[in-house]
Amino acid sequence: MTAQDVELPIVSNEDVVRVRQLVRAVAAEAGMSLVDQTKIVTAASELARNTFVHGGGGSARVESVVNARGRAGVRLVVTDNGPGIPDIDKALTEGWTSGSGLGLGLPGARRLADEFELDTKAGEGTTVTVTKWIR
Amino acid sequence: MSDGAGKAHLPELLRSGREAVLDRWLEVVLEGVRGRITERELKAELTELYALIERAVAGGDEEAGRELRAALAEISRSRARQGFSPSETAVSVFAVKQALLEQVSATADMQAYAEFIEFSSWVDDLGLVTFETYASAREQVIADQMEQLLELSTPVVKLWDGILGVPLVGTLDSARTQVVMETLLERLVETGAQFAVIDITGVPAVDTEVAQHLLKTVMAARLMGTDCVISGVRPQIAQTIVALGIEFGDIATKASLADALAYALECSGIQVTGRTEA
Ligand SMILES: Nc1ncnc2c1ncn2[C@@H]1O[C@H](COP(=O)(O)OP(=O)(O)OP(=O)(O)O)[C@@H](O)[C@H]1O
Ligand SMILES: [Mg+2]
Repeated sequence: MTAQDVELPIVSNEDVVRVRQLVRAVAAEAGMSLVDQTKIVTAASELARNTFVHGGGGSARVESVVNARGRAGVRLVVTDNGPGIPDIDKALTEGWTSGSGLGLGLPGARRLADEFELDTKAGEGTTVTVTKWIR
Repeated sequence: MSDGAGKAHLPELLRSGREAVLDRWLEVVLEGVRGRITERELKAELTELYALIERAVAGGDEEAGRELRAALAEISRSRARQGFSPSETAVSVFAVKQALLEQVSATADMQAYAEFIEFSSWVDDLGLVTFETYASAREQVIADQMEQLLELSTPVVKLWDGILGVPLVGTLDSARTQVVMETLLERLVETGAQFAVIDITGVPAVDTEVAQHLLKTVMAARLMGTDCVISGVRPQIAQTIVALGIEFGDIATKASLADALAYALECSGIQVTGRTEA
């Protein structure tokens, strides 16, 4: 299913930038439009920073994927073993933040991607998967 | 270095073979540095090192060992700044072994051989000194460059009387935003500018963090009586900002720097008209 998988650690602000650059490279390589590249890169930025800031660090995997109908896309899986998100509905509400952010990152990433999956358990960690298909 | 059991041979060999060893050493090192340092400079360096090595190997001169290390550290630092690689730097030291070994072989003196082995591992230690100094000097160079880059990439330019321009390029992290904000506010005090155009054409993506930094900068400028216009909002950036739900409120945003300048001029009551031929 995957062409190339790359996994990056997210333990610093520089790592967030690195994830962003990798997603940009994979999306450009897959032939994604500039607008969609910017969308998935921005989603990656939000998720990677959440992992670093709220999840206490983790890792990101970037893969280029093809669905059953032969459509190509880019998938990003961001994982941490942090505190998890106790109330998913709240976290996905625009403007809700437990810190000092704008509270727009998570709901924004969901809107920027074509597919969004949030898997979290209090005390165990959080995994967010986003996919953007090429139009 | 001498073990007291009879007179050591190596110090004598270093003394009598001084010219030959130095010449050969110079030859080997010169090959590696190819023009980045003159033969005369290099000869002066190696001659100094050689004299210190002679003193240290003769024994009973602890001062010589310390001076030798200090001299090596100094040379490594300047090599690091001149852009030599770590191995090129270390070779300058290791090459003395090759040069001396050729002398030892020529004499076929077994005791000198035995002493050479000890000498060799002593030189290896010296090589490590150069490596360590080289590495920390390189780190310093990189840290300096990063700092320069941080300052270089956040210039505040005057676009017009009372209108400042702040072109942002690259990743806008907290450290950079801090520098941008400080530089901008300082210039606002100096110039009393009424408008500042923050141009984000060179920023590849605007996420919530970048947006928050921008908003804070605009608010701070506003408190000082300056209105900010954000320019360089390209279509892909506009769409992402909308999807993220970021509100810029009443902050003016423009697609291009030219649009922003025209807007600021208009707000300042300055009219720019083309010359009409009669
Ligand atoms: N990986 C994570 N681990 C634990 N909690 C998380 C994680 N990701 C998000 N959260 C929680 O969800 C909330 C909302 O996240 P969201 O990204 O929308 O806002 P934010 O990070 O607080 O601010 P910003 O707008 O700057 O992103 C966070 O404040 C945090 O409490
Ligand atoms: Mg966030």
